[in-house]
Amino acid sequence: MNMHIKGLVLNTFRESARNKMFYLLVFFGIIFALSSKLISFLTLGDTMKVLKDTGLAAINFFCVLIAIFTGINLVYKEIEKKTIYNILSKPLTRDHFIVGKFFGLALTMLVALLAMASIFFLLVLLVGGGFDLKILLYFFMLYLELLIIVAISLLFSSFSTPILSFIFTVSLYLIGHIMWTFNEFKSLLSSRLWVNFTQALYYILPNLDKFNIKNEVVLGLPLHAGTILFSILYALVYILALLAVTIMIFRKREFQ
Amino acid sequence: MKTLEITNLKKSFRSNFLIRKYHILKGIDLSVEHGEIYGFLGPNGAGKTTTIKCILGLLFPDTGEIQINGQPADSIAARSQIGFLPENPYFYDYLTASEMLYFSASLFALPQAVARERIDLLVKLVGLEGREHLKLRKFSKGMIQRLGMAQALIQDPVCLILDEPFSGLDPIGRKEFRDLILALKGQGKTVFFSSHILQDMEMMVDKVGIIINGRISRQGRLSEMVAGSTQCYEIVCAQLSEKQLAQITPHFASRDNQFIITLDNEADINLVVESIIHNNGRVIAVNPVKKTLEDIFLHEMKEVQ
Repeated sequence: MNMHIKGLVLNTFRESARNKMFYLLVFFGIIFALSSKLISFLTLGDTMKVLKDTGLAAINFFCVLIAIFTGINLVYKEIEKKTIYNILSKPLTRDHFIVGKFFGLALTMLVALLAMASIFFLLVLLVGGGFDLKILLYFFMLYLELLIIVAISLLFSSFSTPILSFIFTVSLYLIGHIMWTFNEFKSLLSSRLWVNFTQALYYILPNLDKFNIKNEVVLGLPLHAGTILFSILYALVYILALLAVTIMIFRKREFQ
Repeated sequence: MKTLEITNLKKSFRSNFLIRKYHILKGIDLSVEHGEIYGFLGPNGAGKTTTIKCILGLLFPDTGEIQINGQPADSIAARSQIGFLPENPYFYDYLTASEMLYFSASLFALPQAVARERIDLLVKLVGLEGREHLKLRKFSKGMIQRLGMAQALIQDPVCLILDEPFSGLDPIGRKEFRDLILALKGQGKTVFFSSHILQDMEMMVDKVGIIINGRISRQGRLSEMVAGSTQCYEIVCAQLSEKQLAQITPHFASRDNQFIITLDNEADINLVVESIIHNNGRVIAVNPVKKTLEDIFLHEMKEVQ
């Protein structure tokens, strides 16, 4: 990796890792994942299934929160606190800056997810479950989704305030999980123009449901390699597109 | 050889919903020779920081050209030759001084061993020895300024650009910074700095550029600006009564049992000194009062207004 970018990546990671909010969210993620054991006692049915269902949901929720909160503040804080003056006066391009920030966040999310996933795997083993490769795949798919969320929050953070970035990112996250409704909605439309518009939105907005394989993991449903590979490709293309737009915006940005 | 050259630099900002255009820089031309200390002087809002931000690529000029050692200032090659200290520098407060310097070194892609060597040297040079492992949130304004200077020097730059380097420093710190800048000049570095503190500037600079309302109103060597610029002469004397002195000249003031006589013409000095001696007075000193940078600056301000 380019040495300039490496410095930025490590510093971004260090910034997140020294933020109390980060630890708090990782801590709560772990607590909630552990509490799924308690919930599994209180509910009827397959204990392991309930444990996996609630545990994975808790990890998902807290990882998404970490991705949004760290992502929306990152570039904004650099501009607000004027630390960006010092960085951009050095021999690196603005593209380096955005790419460095993204990979720094990606590293942060990897560490957070690994911490929570390790505790979860330990819990499953303690309860008597075995090592389930599908759970590992679930975490991998969750990581891809988190990378898209990080890229979205980074995009908004490059030109907007944290509050607006939060609203935009959360809105896109929620829309991203109800993309299937677009197709149903489209069938209700009569105007060709609106149909095309809805179709365009369907392709432009992030389809985050592609990365949700919780039902397949919890209920033991089959997973298709083709679908997984397509989701990986989708994530890569979507992240590259988001980073390209962020870089284009950031290249034109002035710092008064 | 020119280290920094700015030609016809113009910059404007839009405000009031993009309707009104404010012209901040109206055609800046300046050049700094290799090994020179250039003082960039101007009142608040004159365009000093805007010029510096254009040099560093934080703002994009409307028109004009900026070159560092013959290369466009926005190129990576030019940036790697610049050391920059921003006005009221802000650094990551969650880092220690040492981590901050290593981070700066990484942005210049300095190998670890070189970075370590430079950091050890610079920490001593700016007086932060023993505080390398302190978090920056515990640093005073003066210490942050010192760290800012250290990070500006991390890659041993050819050209230093310092925006208000003396702000936040106590008198001892200012003296140390002055000495440091002069030592850097001794090493052949080019220094371009903006400041409000005229006395500091006067003690250091080779060349001055005065910017007022987005234009360079005067530029040149400080020695040439103040040469032959004796405004008046002062004679300090004592052991005379006010009545006796009033008979010699009406232009005097008293201070600590002494009198200070102000004369416009050199030719009157002998006559006045003789009169003082004749009245049994004592002449303590005869001083020519030269134009200072402050006088030149205030004169330029008046001219523009």
